[in-house]
Amino acid sequence: MRLRPARPTQPALVVERGRTLPDADAGEAALAVRGLTVSYGESPAVFDVDATFPAGSMTAIVGPNGAGKSTFLKAALGVVARVSGEVSVFGRPLEASRGRIAYVPQRASVDWDFPVRVIDVVEMGLWRGLGLLGRLTGAHRARAREALARVGMEGFAERQIGRLSGGQQQRVFLARALAQGADLHVLDEPFAGVDAATERAVVTVLKGLQAEGRTVIAVHHDLSTVRDYFGRVLLLNVRRIAEGPLDEAFTPETLQATYGGRLEAAGLGALAAG
Amino acid sequence: MLDQALSALLLQAGWNATLVALGAALLGAAAGGAGAFIFLRKRALVSDAVAHATLPGVALAFIVMVALGGDGRSLAGLLAGAAGSAWLGLLAVDRLTRRTRLPEDAAIGAVLSVFFGAGVVLLTVIQTMTAGRQAGLESFLLGATAGMLLEDAVVIALGAAGCALAVVLLRRPMTLVAFDPGFAASTGVNVARMDLAMMGLVMAVTVVGLKIVGLILIVALLIVPPVAARFWTERTDRLVAIAAGIGAVSGWVGAAISAAAPDLPTGAVIVMVAFALFLAGLLLSPARGVLAAVLRRRRFARRVHRRQGLLALAHDEPILEPLTRRLLRREGLLRADGVPTEGGRAEAAKARLDEARWAAMRARRDDAEAARYDGLTPIETVLAPDEIAELDRRLGPRAPEGA
Repeated sequence: MRLRPARPTQPALVVERGRTLPDADAGEAALAVRGLTVSYGESPAVFDVDATFPAGSMTAIVGPNGAGKSTFLKAALGVVARVSGEVSVFGRPLEASRGRIAYVPQRASVDWDFPVRVIDVVEMGLWRGLGLLGRLTGAHRARAREALARVGMEGFAERQIGRLSGGQQQRVFLARALAQGADLHVLDEPFAGVDAATERAVVTVLKGLQAEGRTVIAVHHDLSTVRDYFGRVLLLNVRRIAEGPLDEAFTPETLQATYGGRLEAAGLGALAAG
Repeated sequence: MLDQALSALLLQAGWNATLVALGAALLGAAAGGAGAFIFLRKRALVSDAVAHATLPGVALAFIVMVALGGDGRSLAGLLAGAAGSAWLGLLAVDRLTRRTRLPEDAAIGAVLSVFFGAGVVLLTVIQTMTAGRQAGLESFLLGATAGMLLEDAVVIALGAAGCALAVVLLRRPMTLVAFDPGFAASTGVNVARMDLAMMGLVMAVTVVGLKIVGLILIVALLIVPPVAARFWTERTDRLVAIAAGIGAVSGWVGAAISAAAPDLPTGAVIVMVAFALFLAGLLLSPARGVLAAVLRRRRFARRVHRRQGLLALAHDEPILEPLTRRLLRREGLLRADGVPTEGGRAEAAKARLDEARWAAMRARRDDAEAARYDGLTPIETVLAPDEIAELDRRLGPRAPEGA
């Protein structure tokens, strides 16, 4: 186990340009993380995790509650501060690649009574490119509408976001990510508390993104659908347990190591074998 | 007095009063706009701590200016002192909240009272001083426009215009941080720094507004306009614009009233005007107002009574509820003796058919449309005609005679 010195004052971490990561040789890595450690208080929520997400892949981050899945993603994107660790996105430092990342937070993380309509939320995905003074043009608005149509929500553009079902809210968040036109899509529990139709719609969109050569990483909690939706997994329980294509990393042994006795109790052991 | 207020309102009361009214309007706009963002960020009360933290700065600045041989009346000097101690207060709240386990409300309470207490002590010290012209310092508590110098009005107007400009420049990152800080951070917005910028803006508005509104009431000018604006819109950009407008009108009208009645503290008058605008929204807003809510409830209750009455008629049950009878009679569906009219029988059959169709659909499908059954929505508004025909086929000969 390597221990890296803490670097608390400089969270935005850097891999010097030109230097490749040792585990990134399988094509270009969309996201590469080394030695990532995050803590809330004294005990680490994520400890010394290395992970590489190849460009064009679709990866589920799987692990029990409290395993640090969301925290791992937030720290990788600089949303929460890391204690230590290095992150690179498409071979460049995180800050230099911001424009290529779209992040979909957990639905519960925002106030749905906020005075904002569906289309306004989607247009937020375009703001980064506008700077402080830029104005939204007709082309921008068309792009936002298109993103909304892609998740089947074009009829809801003018509605205040609190007057949507949970699944519809998730679709709006996804549409905002689509409007960003990013190469790396990072989603935190996109299927939590949504209806079956929304789950199908979201999966279709994500698979479409992968077909376009984009990279998808999602925190996922339903072991039974991992095989249907994703090509790779990162099994996480504070530390990295396993990582790679399903055949290698999503096995009864790795799941056992991730979930411990809880997997047996839940009768889910057979899932991985399938 | 009414004449005076009117002439001040219409900028006819002289150059000085005009500039004060303009300054107050600009200040109100800046306060409403900046306040909208702290309201959305749910940190409205931090502004109260910041406002109270200006007092020791004002007093210290006065003491320093007098010690340097002046009369201590320079508004710019006093405001610089206010900004200094307000910034300290702001940092104190920020650090207490971030670095300790103290909740924000406790940090606000502690900072607010300690800084204000220090300010009161310093004011008492000032009263014992012989040098300097201390008259007017107490106007920083509740605000006053009487006897305001032209250059003071210029300082206020320029400061307020600067704050308003900053609101326009930072509106997007501030909106992102208020709505979805996680997403904001992922797009490269430094959330902690933007929070501090938001609070810095609030501090600037507070300092600029000290002379006119006073430090005790400036928080109201920051909070009441966005809360009032919330009644009128579901869009962030409009909320900010409406809040700025309400703030501007409050400042303008309040300054005019205060010009006519110099004994009233200007800040209190401005806040009362803002409150009147808030009340108007509370009562009259079509979407969120109290009256609209009452009307909506009544309309809903009537729909329920009507529907239940019709179903009772369809099943030949007596209608006992007086409101139901009244509603049906008013529509000409029911006779005074409780017997349905021709039209009443037709409507009753229609209601019964609708129920039967809904029941058939719910038995058949468990999708989103079926979930919209609430006993009130006519099925025609949910299904296309061909889908209804399909349902009727399923209902078969048992389908009641429909309208």
